[in-house]
Amino acid sequence: MSGILTRRALITGGAASAGLLLSGCDQVAQVPAFRKILLSGDAMNQGLQRALSDRAALAPEFSEAQMSPRFRVNGTHKPVNPAYDALLAENFASYRLQVGGLVDRPLALSLAQIRGIPARTQITRHDCVEGWSAIGKWHGPLLGTILKAAGVRSSARYVVFTCADLMDGKPYYESIDLIDAFHPQTIMAWALNGHALSVGHGAPLRLRVERQLGYKHAKYVMKIDAVASLAGIGLGKGGYWEDHVDYDWYAGI
Amino acid sequence: MPIDAALPMEDAAPAPGPPRPAIYRHRASTRLWHWVNAVTIIIMIGSGLTILNAHPHLYWGAYGANYDHAWLHTPRWPGFLTIPGHYNLAIARRWHLLFALVLGFGLLSYMIVSVVNRHFQRDLRVRAKELSARHLWHDLKEHLAFRFHDAANPGAYNIFQKLSYVLVVFGLIPTMIFTGLAMSPAMDAAWPWLLDLFGGRQSARSIHFIAASGLVVFIIVHLTLVILAGAWNEVRSMVTGRWTVPDEEEA
Repeated sequence: MSGILTRRALITGGAASAGLLLSGCDQVAQVPAFRKILLSGDAMNQGLQRALSDRAALAPEFSEAQMSPRFRVNGTHKPVNPAYDALLAENFASYRLQVGGLVDRPLALSLAQIRGIPARTQITRHDCVEGWSAIGKWHGPLLGTILKAAGVRSSARYVVFTCADLMDGKPYYESIDLIDAFHPQTIMAWALNGHALSVGHGAPLRLRVERQLGYKHAKYVMKIDAVASLAGIGLGKGGYWEDHVDYDWYAGI
Repeated sequence: MPIDAALPMEDAAPAPGPPRPAIYRHRASTRLWHWVNAVTIIIMIGSGLTILNAHPHLYWGAYGANYDHAWLHTPRWPGFLTIPGHYNLAIARRWHLLFALVLGFGLLSYMIVSVVNRHFQRDLRVRAKELSARHLWHDLKEHLAFRFHDAANPGAYNIFQKLSYVLVVFGLIPTMIFTGLAMSPAMDAAWPWLLDLFGGRQSARSIHFIAASGLVVFIIVHLTLVILAGAWNEVRSMVTGRWTVPDEEEA
């Protein structure tokens, strides 16, 4: 075998195998057994991160000087939902946050009642799954305060948020586990940067779960349910994006 | 490095003269890590480019989004370079975050093994005299003449090899791992020093891109030199561990 032939063969072979690897990944990702492995990275990263970190570790907080000059709106800009339009038209006067599922005392809280609950103010960084970040000042009661008021039963494992924005005709939904639900920075925010939430940012109420990516921070929250399992809710993967495009349920990374 | 008995070269055309000696150059741990990484890095670059396509703007500091000043707008990476071959951020993230574990724990294992078996101390340790201007100049001239091995000690890495491997093993790959972790909101809560180290999440994201570009340059130079040094011999040595000492006349 001459040197030149070897070189050519190797260059061609190397380029071809890199190309095959790139395109082969798409083929392999369709094989059910491998897809299962591919999708198991979510649970592995969750387990590792939970093992490495304190459950109560706080997301970094910032000063007013470090805030984004302008906090962009992402995802739904305005829910296409006549029921939401009606609530918006009367400035959410008849809005009631339903708190139910595995709780001893189901609640229906008006916006005035929610605003009356002692609140936390936190300047935190919002990290979108796409890669950008924005820093804003969020204000609202701890989700834990609301859940304790409702009396979450010991059989509950997750908290599910059902929203006013409709995706393919069904409400957007998201879910987190109780570790994040009772985390001291997990709040139901009703204000951003000192003003009541705009429609784009999720009026009247949105979740802030500061150690996870943006798509977990459900906007337009209408209902909070404590549940024992995510099976049977939506397509069973714990959220709209998780169900429909295989986003990770654990979005801490 | 011990020189083994000359091996018969069954897979090469019969060469005139006596067979050249072969030495055992790469240990199994090095070879395993090399090939696991070769696959992993291609997957990380391909899936990383898909993730970059989701928001092809890079910023410095803690925050950065559409209204903020970006220092770099990256081009749209075409499907033949990305994993998957069409835009799917969710699946690209699945590839990236699963193989990030392979990259991270692979490096950790390789480092532990290479300290224990003294691969680092023996083969990668840079000695002061190798950094003298005279030695660097000499090695540079040797490189330009396509002579990559010291005839007196052919198994040893030359200084540019050492420096580039040290840069990759102790510099670029760890930077990729730690800037990657700094982009994780949960890790920022667990290890806030990650943000102090890189100057904020968006800076970490920019450094992640720059270090990845450095790895791409390394891969190109590495493959070019493998070809110039004798591709068949070099690739075979990374598979079997055995490397034939090149004939200086030919090289």
